[in-house]
Amino acid sequence: MSSDVRFTDFKSDKQPTWCPGCGDFGTMNGMMKALAETGNDPDNTFIVAGIGCSGKIGTYMHSYALHGVHGRALPVGIGVKMANPDLEVMVSGGDGDGYSIGAGHFIHAVRRNVDMSYVVMDNRIYGLTKGQASPTSREDFETSTSPEGPNQPPVNPKALALASGATFIAQSFSSNAQRHAEIVQQAVEHDGFGFVNVYSPCVTFNDVDTYDYFRDAIVDLDETDHDPSNRDQAKDKILESDKEYMGVLYQDEDSVPFEEREGVEGSMAEIPDGAPEGAMDLVREFY
Amino acid sequence: MPEDLNWAIGGEAGDGIDSTGKIFAQALSRAGRHVFTSKDFASRIRGGYTAYKVRTSVDRVESVVDRLDILIALTERTIHENEDELHEDSVIIYDGERSTMQDVEVPGDATALEVPLKRLAEDAGGAIMLNVVALGAACEVTGFPIENLDESLQKRFGDKGEAIVENNKEAARKGQEYVREEYDEDFDYDMETTDNDYVLLNGDEAIGMGAIAAGCRFYAGYPITPATDVMEYMTGRVDQFGGKVVQAEDELSAINMALGAARAGARAMTATSGPGIDLMTETFGLVATSETPLVICDVMRSGPSTGMPTKQEQGDLNMTLYGGHGEIPRFVVAPTTVSECFWKTVEAFNLAEKYQTPVFLVSDLAMAVTEQTFAPETFDMDEVEIDRGKVVDENDIDAWLDEKGRFQAHFAAADGVSPRAFPGTTDGAHMTTGLEHDELGRRTEDTDVRIEQVDKRQRKVETAREQEDFDYREFGDSDADTLVISWGSNEGALREGLTLLEEDGYDVRFISVPYIFPRPDLTEEIEAAEDVIVVECNATGQFADIIEHDVLERVQRINKYNGVRFKADELATEIKQTLDTPAEATQ
Ligand SMILES: Cc1ncc(C[n+]2csc(CCOP(=O)(O)OP(=O)(O)O)c2C)c(N)n1
Ligand code: SF4
Repeated sequence: MSSDVRFTDFKSDKQPTWCPGCGDFGTMNGMMKALAETGNDPDNTFIVAGIGCSGKIGTYMHSYALHGVHGRALPVGIGVKMANPDLEVMVSGGDGDGYSIGAGHFIHAVRRNVDMSYVVMDNRIYGLTKGQASPTSREDFETSTSPEGPNQPPVNPKALALASGATFIAQSFSSNAQRHAEIVQQAVEHDGFGFVNVYSPCVTFNDVDTYDYFRDAIVDLDETDHDPSNRDQAKDKILESDKEYMGVLYQDEDSVPFEEREGVEGSMAEIPDGAPEGAMDLVREFY
Repeated sequence: MPEDLNWAIGGEAGDGIDSTGKIFAQALSRAGRHVFTSKDFASRIRGGYTAYKVRTSVDRVESVVDRLDILIALTERTIHENEDELHEDSVIIYDGERSTMQDVEVPGDATALEVPLKRLAEDAGGAIMLNVVALGAACEVTGFPIENLDESLQKRFGDKGEAIVENNKEAARKGQEYVREEYDEDFDYDMETTDNDYVLLNGDEAIGMGAIAAGCRFYAGYPITPATDVMEYMTGRVDQFGGKVVQAEDELSAINMALGAARAGARAMTATSGPGIDLMTETFGLVATSETPLVICDVMRSGPSTGMPTKQEQGDLNMTLYGGHGEIPRFVVAPTTVSECFWKTVEAFNLAEKYQTPVFLVSDLAMAVTEQTFAPETFDMDEVEIDRGKVVDENDIDAWLDEKGRFQAHFAAADGVSPRAFPGTTDGAHMTTGLEHDELGRRTEDTDVRIEQVDKRQRKVETAREQEDFDYREFGDSDADTLVISWGSNEGALREGLTLLEEDGYDVRFISVPYIFPRPDLTEEIEAAEDVIVVECNATGQFADIIEHDVLERVQRINKYNGVRFKADELATEIKQTLDTPAEATQ
C-alpha cells in the first residue's frame, strides 16, 4: 500500500460507454475517491461487479476485478475476502442486479457481515436492457414491460438490510460528489458489510426519478439530529417510504466481521509444495 | 461356509443403524479384515426401512453381492426386505420379546436366533444399547473376537465418558453370553483376523481428504445428499490448515464464492449433487472464460429433478460434459474407486490450476455411501504433488506486461495457458469478465480477438492431451474378443463379475475409464474386439454414446464463432475448400 495513491490511479484507460449524464459516472468517481482516501491502491483492491450499466464499473476502474454473472457478485466478493482478508473488496451493481435476481444473496451477504463494501447504483429501472421495471421502480411507473406500472410496491432495500441484521446502512446520491465519496468511504472503513444504496439516475429511461426529483426530495441526515447508532431511529427513517435520505442511516460500531469471527487469519493463497505437514494424521483418523 | 461374510443390521431410520454398522465395520477393519459397506436407505430421517451392510473378508472386497449370512433385524420389515438374500445357512438375530416381533416367521431354512436385546441392554445399563447387545451376539455367531469390538466402542463412545464405554462393552458381553448359553449350534464361521491395520472410509471422505491434501483451503457448498459428507468432512478439518468451509445460501452462491476464493489465489472447491449442479450451471461459463481454476464436484444420485435422492445413478455425465450455454473448455474426471476419489481429487486441483479451467470431479452415491478398507499407505501423503501452473509474482511479472505496463492476464499463449497473478501482486491489477475479452481482460466484440480468445481457451485441452496421461485401467484377458468398458464406481463389481465369468469359461477384457474429458482414445481397443459392452448406471448409455461417437469416422466441419452469421459467398468458398482437402487433413 502506498500513501501517494491518487483516485485517478483507480481509473482504467477504457472510456465509459454510459450515456452522457448517467448517474453512474458520479457514483464511480466517489468509489474511486473513497478507495484512495482509505489508503488502498489498485494492486490490493478487488472490485466485483454485477450485470447492467452499473455492472460495467469494473471495466472503467483499474484494480483486480471480476465482472461476473447477473446477480451473483456478492458471493464472489465474499469468496475473495474469505480467501484473502488483506484485500480491500468492493462489490457494485444495480438495483435489478442486487434486489431482483440477486436478492437472496443480498440478504445473506448482509447477515454474513463479511468486511467489504457494497455499492448499489439504484436508478429504479433496468438500464442495460433498455427500460423495464426494476424492483425499486414506483408502483405506477410505466415501462415497456409494465405499460400500466408494475402494480406492486417497490422493495425497500434498506429495510431488507436492517431486517437481515445489517451493521452499516447508508444512502447516497451520485450527483452530490463530496458527500457521496464520504459516505462510500465510511462504508469502506466500516468493520463489516458496508451497504450503500446510491441514487444514480438513468437519464435515458427514467423520467420520474430524475436528478431534479432527488435534488428536491433528498434530506441530508447530517443536517438532522439523526443518530446512526440508534437502531430504532434508523428503523423509523428507513420505513418512511415517502422520504429520500442521504447519509449513514445505521451503523453498529461494535460490528465484528464474519471472517474475523470465523478466525480466518490471512491469505489462503500460499500452500505447501506437497501435502501439508501432518496430513498423514488425516488418514490415521480412519483407523 | 463362504470365504467372505455378509452381515447386515436393519431397522427404522433413527434406530442407530448407521452407527452400529460402522462400529462393527471398524472392529473388523481393526482386526485386519477387509470391509466393503453399503447402505439401504430412504429419503427420510425418522421411520422408514434402513440397513447398513458389511461384506468382509481377509482378501480385498470391492463390491456387494446379493447374499446375506447374518442379519440383525430390529424390525420385522428388515427380514422381508432381505428375504431374497437369505440362504439356508443364514442367521437372523432378533428380539422375540418385542411385541412387534413376536410372530416373526423366519423364511426358508435360515436359523433364527431370538435374543432379548432390549432386556439384556437394560441389564447392562440402558435399553439404548440394544444394538450393541446384537453386535455381541453376532460376535458369538461368527467367532469374531469381542475384544476387537471393544476398541470400536471406545472410539465411538469415548467422548461420552468411560462409564458409557464400559456399559457398552458389558452390553456386548451379554449378547455374546446369551447366544453361547441358549444356543448350542456350531455356526462354523471362520472369522480369521490378521495383523494388518486398515483404514475405513467412504468416497466423500476420500474426496474431502484429497482436497485438503491438495491444498484446498476454501470450500463453499450447500447441503445435498449424497454430497454433504464432503462438506461435513472438510468442516473443522480444513481450518487446521488455515482454510474455511462456508455454507452458502444456495448452490449459485456456493460456486460463486468458490470462484471468488479461487481468484484470490486459494485452491477452492464446491461439491453438490444433480439438482445443485443444475443451479451451478449458470456459472460454468464464467469459470471457464474468466480462466479460474475451480474444482466442481458432482456426487450423482438418481434424477431427473429431485428423482430418488437416496438411490444410485450415473445420469449426470452429459450435464457435466455439456452443461452451460456456449462452449466451455473443461475437464471431467470420474474416479472409479474410493481410493481414487482421493487421488483424482488431488489431480483435479492440479489440472484446474495448470490449465485454469473448471474441473468436474464426478462421483456417485454408490461411492459416497460405501466405506472400504485400505492399507493406510494407499493414501501416502508424500506422493501428493502440487502443480500450481503459471503463477507469476513481483519478480517475474514484468515479462507479462504490455508496452503500457498492463498485465496480460489472458495472454494468448501458444499452449493456451496465460500467466496468473494473485490479487495483491504488484503491477498485476487486471480485469476479468465473463464477457468476451482481450488479452488484458477488457470486454470486446472484435471478431479477431474473439476468435483468438476462443482458440486460446480451446488450446488448453489440446495441450493437456499432449502433456497429461488420460489413460484407462485394464483387467481381465487383454486378448479377449469381448470388451467391457465402464466408468465410475462400477469397477469393483465388474472386476468381481469378471472372475465369475471366467469360472464359466468366458474371457473378457475389461477397461475402466476414469477420464471422461479428455478421455483415452479407445478406437483401437474397440476395433480389436468382436463385442463391445458399455456398462453404466443410467437408462440411455451416456458414456456409450460418446465412446460410439469417438470411433465413428468423422464428418468434416465448417465452424464459425467470431460472432457473425454465415454469408453465402463465404460458405461457398469454405465448402469448395473442404471438398478439395482430404478428410484426414481437416481434422
Ligand atoms: C441471467 C440473466 N438474466 C437477464 C440478463 C439480462 N440483463 C442484463 S442487465 C439487466 C438489468 C440490469 O438492471 P440493473 O441491475 O438495474 O442495472 P442498470 O442497467 O439499470 O444499471 C438484465 C435483466 C442477464 N444478463 N443475465
Ligand atoms: S441507460 Fe441509463 S443507466 Fe444505462 S448508461 Fe444510460 S443513463 Fe446510465
